Amino acid sequence: MNQTLSVLDPTSEDRSTEIQLSERIKSIEGSTIGLLDIAKPRGDIFLNQLEKRLTEHGATVLRFMKPTFTKPAPVDLRYEISSKCDAVIEALAD
Amino acid sequence: MAKHANGYELTDGISVVVNSECPTCQLTSDLLVELGTSGHVRIFSQDDPSFPTSAEWVRDDSELSFSWHNDVEAVPTLIQVVNGKEVERLVGWNRKEWERLLEIENLAPGLVDHKPGCGSLSVSPDRVDELEIKFGGRTFISRQVELASLEDEMEAMHDRGWSDGLPVVPPTESRVNRMLAGTSRNSDDIVAIIPPNLVECSVEKVAINAVMAGCLPEYLPVVIACLEAICTDEFNMHGVLATTMGVGPIFVVSGPITERLGMNSGINVLGHGNRANSTIGRAVQLVLKNVGGGAPGGIDRATLGHMGKQGFCFAEAPSPWENLAEGFGFSSEQNTVTAFTGEGPRILVDQKSRSPESLTRSLADGLKSTISTRMVLGMDAMLVVSPEHLSRFTDAGWSRSQFIEKLTELLMIDSDEIIEGAGGIEDGIPSTFGGNQLPKFRPGGLLVVHAGGPAGLFSAIIGGWLNGTKGSDPVTKEITL
Repeated sequence: MNQTLSVLDPTSEDRSTEIQLSERIKSIEGSTIGLLDIAKPRGDIFLNQLEKRLTEHGATVLRFMKPTFTKPAPVDLRYEISSKCDAVIEALAD
Repeated sequence: MAKHANGYELTDGISVVVNSECPTCQLTSDLLVELGTSGHVRIFSQDDPSFPTSAEWVRDDSELSFSWHNDVEAVPTLIQVVNGKEVERLVGWNRKEWERLLEIENLAPGLVDHKPGCGSLSVSPDRVDELEIKFGGRTFISRQVELASLEDEMEAMHDRGWSDGLPVVPPTESRVNRMLAGTSRNSDDIVAIIPPNLVECSVEKVAINAVMAGCLPEYLPVVIACLEAICTDEFNMHGVLATTMGVGPIFVVSGPITERLGMNSGINVLGHGNRANSTIGRAVQLVLKNVGGGAPGGIDRATLGHMGKQGFCFAEAPSPWENLAEGFGFSSEQNTVTAFTGEGPRILVDQKSRSPESLTRSLADGLKSTISTRMVLGMDAMLVVSPEHLSRFTDAGWSRSQFIEKLTELLMIDSDEIIEGAGGIEDGIPSTFGGNQLPKFRPGGLLVVHAGGPAGLFSAIIGGWLNGTKGSDPVTKEITL
């Protein structure tokens, strides 16, 4: 008889939940777009340029900033962005 | 057919536990039959329900329930019970003792006077784990994963994505059960919330990963303390894991436990070769990956990484100086783990300094380049001082705080030399900081640890990562056994 070995699962055994993506914006014009600076050096240079371009295309731009790039954005900040903006762009690195 | 040993409760009278393969049980078998037949004893037979004979008073204990529940360590064992309580227990054959207990004279005059017994099957190493799980009430929350009979179990661990690249020990129920004996905590206690997926991690999950890492059960409390230290807001393990910088958690164990666990604080202390040093940090990393979901190339975005991320743990050596944990308000008698976010160690060589002043200047010179010569205040460092370097200071009567004070004085940086553009280098601090003397490290940002082999005029720097609320602060936790 073949002996089978059983082991205990070392993982969290959590199943990831599927999240419905929010509706994509139809056009930049007339949309409110958030720009999230993650607080890395020179992120502002990139976002300033984006703000200029988006404004030229008729968007309203709101600027946000994480307290530090080493931690996830605080929940209040995420809520503020989601309640004020139709879309958000996050500047990820320097 | 012998009756099955229903239940394991002791009943009034004398019970004898035997095993047919034990020479002492064989020697006394005729006597046992005589005593059973005359109603003086009932027998619990561990391996053969027809030994010493088939009779109503011989109970089948092949499940070892009676033996296990009554802590029988050897056969034959005589247990005397009066009014439901055990009053005496004899082990092996000893005519005088048996005569006294049974209140019968002249027992088996043909036998030798005494003969020691054999080990009980209920404590045999190949049965004890199975019995502990079966009767000890151990239940596992984790899913059982059955491996196919043709699967190589070592390969199976890799195939399921559970390894860190090196072979892991398959976490069978018996191994995990043995591991759990290393802590007094309940297996379903939650140790910490593990980033990045913020998963509640039970003692059992830690034990499974500790088995896989190759830990001994006595290391488990240290692994638990390590996880408690890094899964805090101050340590910010999420950021340490996700950063592109090549850093990881480094654990320094202080206190009497280091000797008890046989940890290395001497030769090759920051290297390989010691089981506790090598597997404690590895177990933590396996938890982060398997439970927290922080896999390299996934949430772990390190551009370069370093080999210490396989697991980086070492013991502090005893010294005349106060230890690292004392610097954080613990006593030298407490067993602690200090977690620090750091890169790989780098050697500082100074083989000629004889005076403490000279060696301090030399070490300060080396420390200035920690992370980058352009970096001040934002990142901490750990300085591992070897015994021969340490003696330069202790011989001259310097204390640890004196040493750090002198180093700090020497670690003032002329900001003009490190502003953006200075020396033709674009990186640097903003030019508005020019014209200042700036400290290389924030107060308390230099962690001094004593460790290393007895010979060799070397120390080591372990550079840190962003400190304070924007990054990671060192965290010390007491180890609870």
